[in-house]
Amino acid sequence: MPDSSENAHGAAPAAHEEHPAYLRHHFNSVEQQADASNFAMWLFLLTEVMFFGGLFTAYLVYRNWYYPAFVSGSHQLNVVWGTTNTAVLIFSSFTMAMGVWCAQTRRRRGLVLSLALTFILGLSFLGIKTIEYREKIEKHHVPGFHYSLQSFLDPQSDREVYAEYHDKALVPDMARHTELYFSLYFLMTGMHALHMIIGIGILGFMILRARAGAYTAGHETFVVNFGLYWHFIDIVWIYLFALLYLISRH
Amino acid sequence: MSEPNEHARHIVGPWVYLVILLALLLGTALTVWASYVDLGLWNPIIALAIATTKAVLVVLFFMHVWYSSKLTRLTIFSGIFMFLVLISMTLTDYISRAWGSW
Repeated sequence: MPDSSENAHGAAPAAHEEHPAYLRHHFNSVEQQADASNFAMWLFLLTEVMFFGGLFTAYLVYRNWYYPAFVSGSHQLNVVWGTTNTAVLIFSSFTMAMGVWCAQTRRRRGLVLSLALTFILGLSFLGIKTIEYREKIEKHHVPGFHYSLQSFLDPQSDREVYAEYHDKALVPDMARHTELYFSLYFLMTGMHALHMIIGIGILGFMILRARAGAYTAGHETFVVNFGLYWHFIDIVWIYLFALLYLISRH
Repeated sequence: MSEPNEHARHIVGPWVYLVILLALLLGTALTVWASYVDLGLWNPIIALAIATTKAVLVVLFFMHVWYSSKLTRLTIFSGIFMFLVLISMTLTDYISRAWGSW
């Protein structure tokens, strides 16, 4: 007799028994919950697109206006370091993607290993970035009171760069605008590095939790959404590498 | 406990990730090589085209958009389309300000 008596004693306890602890009550299913948080993560990433997009637009406009200064400024960047860092970041995206797969297929050790590799590759990226920043500091190419125009007014004094590009000297008025190039360089790579630092911090937290088995019991949303964030940072770098390092080389 | 949770969620496997990794590394090598060749106006266009190809691969496969719901895909497309509208209008303005004086 499927009637009211069965419903009456079945309904209330069943609602609590039949779902895992991580399913919030305002969602119908784990699937729906995962979709909702995934969607929200994408909305956040779209705001990030707009944020970095503004910086990219500023870069393109000023590059168009002060083209010679931006070309000379770009020649100060080391393409070998830039390419290495691009590869490091692509590998870290791969290890992150593997981490997501390990979480989804409930492989705890694989997940910890993937996250640890991502963590190490992220730190390597920042290490290489530090080497590059130090070179800019030593050459007084950091915008501000100590900014030096020497490499641009007298290119032959900057032997390594001159040997590679044979840049002509810029007139002082144009040379001044190399400072604008480096302002945008530090702003864009700095904001990117800040995202990396935040990501590495979260990775450290996730490694500890993953070791305790947190993401390999069916609730991997956090890993998936963090993966989206990490891949987004990779995409930003892909464009930074092309625009800052590559398009002014030949 | 597990039955209602497991349906229809697509899990992307290691082989897809590996192929995309190789494609991205190939793209990087290609764009670095292309940057050493003097193609004039085409240099930035090629660099951005390769960067965009790489970005699309990352979005579709590393970020699973290829397998996502229509809602997610449409939202991402709208967001990026909006960004392209903003950037192209801004650049159109700046490029055409000195129209004829060069």
